[in-house]
Amino acid sequence: MAFSKIIGSAALVVALAAPALAQDNPTVAARQGQFKLYGHNIAVLGGMAQGRMDYDAAMAQTAADNLFHLTRHDQSRLWPEGTDSSSIMETRAKAEIWENLDDFTAKFVALQEASVALQAAAGNGLDALRPAVGAVGASCGACHEAYREES
Amino acid sequence: MKRLGYLVLGLGVAGVAGVALGWYITQPMGLPATVSERLTGDAQSGERIFLAGGCASCHMGSEDGADPKVLRGGAVFETQFGTFYAPNISPDPDHGIGGWTQAEFMNAVMRGVSPQGQHYYPAFPYTSYAKADPQDIADLYAYMMTLPADATPSRAHDLGFPFNIRRSLGVWKALYMDRDFVVTGEMTTQETQGRYLAEALAHCAECHTPRDVLGGMDTAQWLQGAPNPSGSGRIPPIAGDDFTWTAFDISAYLETGFTPSFDVAGGSMAKVIANLGQLDKTELDAIAAYILRAGQR
Repeated sequence: MAFSKIIGSAALVVALAAPALAQDNPTVAARQGQFKLYGHNIAVLGGMAQGRMDYDAAMAQTAADNLFHLTRHDQSRLWPEGTDSSSIMETRAKAEIWENLDDFTAKFVALQEASVALQAAAGNGLDALRPAVGAVGASCGACHEAYREES
Repeated sequence: MKRLGYLVLGLGVAGVAGVALGWYITQPMGLPATVSERLTGDAQSGERIFLAGGCASCHMGSEDGADPKVLRGGAVFETQFGTFYAPNISPDPDHGIGGWTQAEFMNAVMRGVSPQGQHYYPAFPYTSYAKADPQDIADLYAYMMTLPADATPSRAHDLGFPFNIRRSLGVWKALYMDRDFVVTGEMTTQETQGRYLAEALAHCAECHTPRDVLGGMDTAQWLQGAPNPSGSGRIPPIAGDDFTWTAFDISAYLETGFTPSFDVAGGSMAKVIANLGQLDKTELDAIAAYILRAGQR
């Protein structure tokens, strides 16, 4: 994927004084905003899967559609080098991301694939929704496990 | 001169007594042989103990997609004492525990003593497993012997002096190994069930409770969050004023990995949930009830 190459060249452009705060860095703020929007939609899907709210096919479908589109957002300008947790205080993105860009990209692709399956399942009842939400959660978790700092 | 002689003699006797006492305190002490002799393990029951105990979290391979049933060793713990490497505990006779008897296995898990009679380091959470029902550990042995063998050699820990002297762990155990439950007092049946799962098997406190300079858990701050024992960041509190989850939240998190705000577990907790999430929902509810009860201490 060209993703990793673009991240490499973006590094030339970005020169940051470390450590800085995330809110001082619009790129990191945008990156975190993207994850907040994932969570905003997973709250509906996961909420139904966990039984926090009643299943509603239309609502589930809308949230799954949103997540599908959100995970299509091009990532190439969101992960410049120098925006890891050792350079910037308010990010939990580990420096290992930039040492393992192929793997990081593969884990992102796994999220994209899981969101395709969720989009197909979300409107088909709670029993179809639950495993599909679980798979999306697992794809999130795989990346958090490897590349996100403990809180 | 005579007085000096007595002094020297006295010091000598005290010295010998001191060394003897030290030798006595630091000697590895296993379970009484009779404990294992009267028990027969059941592999099917042992699977639940394996999942609750989280053995795979540390002992499975560390690469992506590693099979959690192939316990060839993987986790690396970089601590203030040095680096620990989780060993191969697959049933391989040469590189794993295939040659171990049930009694040897129980000694290792419940007392931290190797078949060669040496202390294990408490990175292996035997201080928690010491609280387990011996029958459960016999079942665990039976189950683990059914798992695939793997011939990956274990890696030696990399520790500096004096932590590389295993005998010194006898003192550590005398100070910190306590087989009594930490949360006591009036408890419901569900809280008691949860206490057993959480304190004896799932060993939540090993990461969520802060430790003192010698690495012993500070039980006064039980589950109240701690610096990450391996690496940067903090392990969050699951008791105390900063922890506001409900029983539903805790149980749902352990089952699905989603926090109440629909963040997804990462770090070392991801593997914990991969195992623990397979328990019955009633057991996860019991752990949740215990966690909330522990917060009332």
